[in-house]
Amino acid sequence: MAPAWLTPRRATVAGLALLLAALWLVFPSGFYFRIATLVWISALAAVGLNLLMGLAGQVSLGHAGFVGIGAYAVALGPRHLGLDLLPSLGLGLVLAGLLALLVGRPILRLRGHYLAVATLGLGILVWLVLNSEVAITGGPDGIQVQRLVLVGWRVAGAETWYWITGLALVLGVLVALNLEESPTGRALRALHDSEVAAAVAGIDVARAKLAVFVIAAVYAALAGGLLALFNRFVTPQAADFLHSIELVTMVVIGGMGSSLGAVVGAAVLTILPQALTVFHDYEHAVLGLTIILFMIFLRQGIVPSLAALLARRAP
Amino acid sequence: MSRRLFAALLVGAAALTFGPSPAGAQAPIRIGAVLSVTGPASFLGDPEARTLRLYIDRINQAGGVLGRRLELVLYDDGGDANRARTFATRLVEDDRVVAMVGGTTTGTTMAMIPVFEEARIPFISLAGGIEIIEPVKPFTFKTPHTDKMACEKIFEDLRKRGLTRVGLISGTGGFGASMRTQCLRVAPAFGITIVADERYGPGDTDMTPQLTRIRNAPGGVQAVVNADFGQGPAIVTRNFAQLGLGVPLYQSHGVASRSFIELAGPAAEGVRLPAAALLVAEQLPDSDPQKRVVMEYKQLYESTQNQPVSTFGGHAYDGLMILIEAIRRAGSTDGVRIRDAVRQTRGFIGTGGVVNMSETDHMGLDLSAFRMIEIRNGTWRLLD
Repeated sequence: MAPAWLTPRRATVAGLALLLAALWLVFPSGFYFRIATLVWISALAAVGLNLLMGLAGQVSLGHAGFVGIGAYAVALGPRHLGLDLLPSLGLGLVLAGLLALLVGRPILRLRGHYLAVATLGLGILVWLVLNSEVAITGGPDGIQVQRLVLVGWRVAGAETWYWITGLALVLGVLVALNLEESPTGRALRALHDSEVAAAVAGIDVARAKLAVFVIAAVYAALAGGLLALFNRFVTPQAADFLHSIELVTMVVIGGMGSSLGAVVGAAVLTILPQALTVFHDYEHAVLGLTIILFMIFLRQGIVPSLAALLARRAP
Repeated sequence: MSRRLFAALLVGAAALTFGPSPAGAQAPIRIGAVLSVTGPASFLGDPEARTLRLYIDRINQAGGVLGRRLELVLYDDGGDANRARTFATRLVEDDRVVAMVGGTTTGTTMAMIPVFEEARIPFISLAGGIEIIEPVKPFTFKTPHTDKMACEKIFEDLRKRGLTRVGLISGTGGFGASMRTQCLRVAPAFGITIVADERYGPGDTDMTPQLTRIRNAPGGVQAVVNADFGQGPAIVTRNFAQLGLGVPLYQSHGVASRSFIELAGPAAEGVRLPAAALLVAEQLPDSDPQKRVVMEYKQLYESTQNQPVSTFGGHAYDGLMILIEAIRRAGSTDGVRIRDAVRQTRGFIGTGGVVNMSETDHMGLDLSAFRMIEIRNGTWRLLD
């Protein structure tokens, strides 16, 4: 039996931190650190999206748009506004949050999946602007990002970024888990079961949903900013519609409503294409097949399904 | 005597006894490639991948390079810059390639450059954008003509015909956007005035409004230049004929494939474009230095791949051959020595033109590499 202080919340965060340290010990080359860094970054966006999908029961089909805003903020802030990288990143987060507020405020008053439609349009709009405003954004060929310098220390190398993004993810998961236990989180879970009942109990349904949507957008923008700083190059593909779908797939495969599931989903979708290169021309077919198999046999998502399986096995 | 040295001597003795050592006796030379074989740029990446596989096999059958077999490590980035960057890291750190050919689009190439520059591994890109080689980066090269050269070739032809007032219409995709920027930049040097600058999106199906605005440009227009590839130029060409603008229409090297003529139909008659010699291989005079190379490549590609040759596969051929010759000249697989040898490439005859690299020019092509071509009777005619 686990000791009383080891709540599931603390166990998840501690487990992630342990994983971070353990992988660091076994990884043989920078390539592995790069893959892991990409997993942490995608996971950060997925954890945010999972809050929206798992808690508020809303889907965002344009989440990559927020990723794009974060990514282009660090690319364009220093270039056009003369800002340093970190203030630019901050500006990107604020911008993404404000945009989410603007879009979410009228729409989340309605019941149903109107947010999915609105975000779909929003994501495509962001992508369009990044693509066509060549003079500002560099257009479809992308744009370079300055190297991050923190108090005289030039941040370089996949290993360094592995730690930075890994710690950002641990913090992100911690915040997400705390949010689930907060009044907003409890309110959201209540309205997930029955919106009418929640409203009757005095919960401002629209406000709670809006809060979580804004938070999810900020998570995505942070992921985008980190991606741009890590790659030191961004293209509008960061905001691509298919990238939005990829994020939703990560959440669904990993297990909706589970922050750990979002991390696992991000890991699966990032590592699989690398592992499947041995299939050469059949790579995409095998990738699709694997995802279909996951959906058929682990219908609740990887983490909840396996957790249920373990709970059944346990005496 | 250590056992390993003894084994090496034994192998050496066997080699002397049985003649030249068969390729593959030593570890193979690994050459990396990250191409957009799938995704929106697959019409570029697919012939590139086929060409690399085809020629690496042939070189191995002929005994390899430096007595060693070649091994191609090819990854498909699907046109995504982030994925290309990951595969580039994998090539450098995991597969330990000695050199790299590929990078189908300017976006994927720009994302991969820092990886190879940091690892000091020669990288020959197959993408068009001029920012790949300007400013010059120590280990980065490219084989295709730049969009700037396409603009210059078109403007040169316009100047010959005494036309100066040009309407520009370009797609908002990577290729069109980049070429538009370059054309606007070099136009003054040729005495060309851009009197209209119209754009259209990737999914647009009717460009009549843009062309009408060009026709109505104040002061009149003497020629129209279209910068784009894929479906867009075919639609522009058709709308252009329907409107009856009555001035010459120029396309870019981006339409240099059969499908453009098929899509545009009779409207394509009289359209001019700059393109590589490969497109008009049969029409080149026998005195042309490129004739033999382009005919050989065309025949081999078409007989083995059962599809018409494209200039894009030709870029991969040029990149691979420049690299192989450099490795032979360097006599080594050391990154810096290969790079130095690539840089010393002089008078290399490829499908894209005659390549003369230098410390300041990592592409090595001049305007003579482009041929001005006109579409007549549904086929390409060489003009100069």
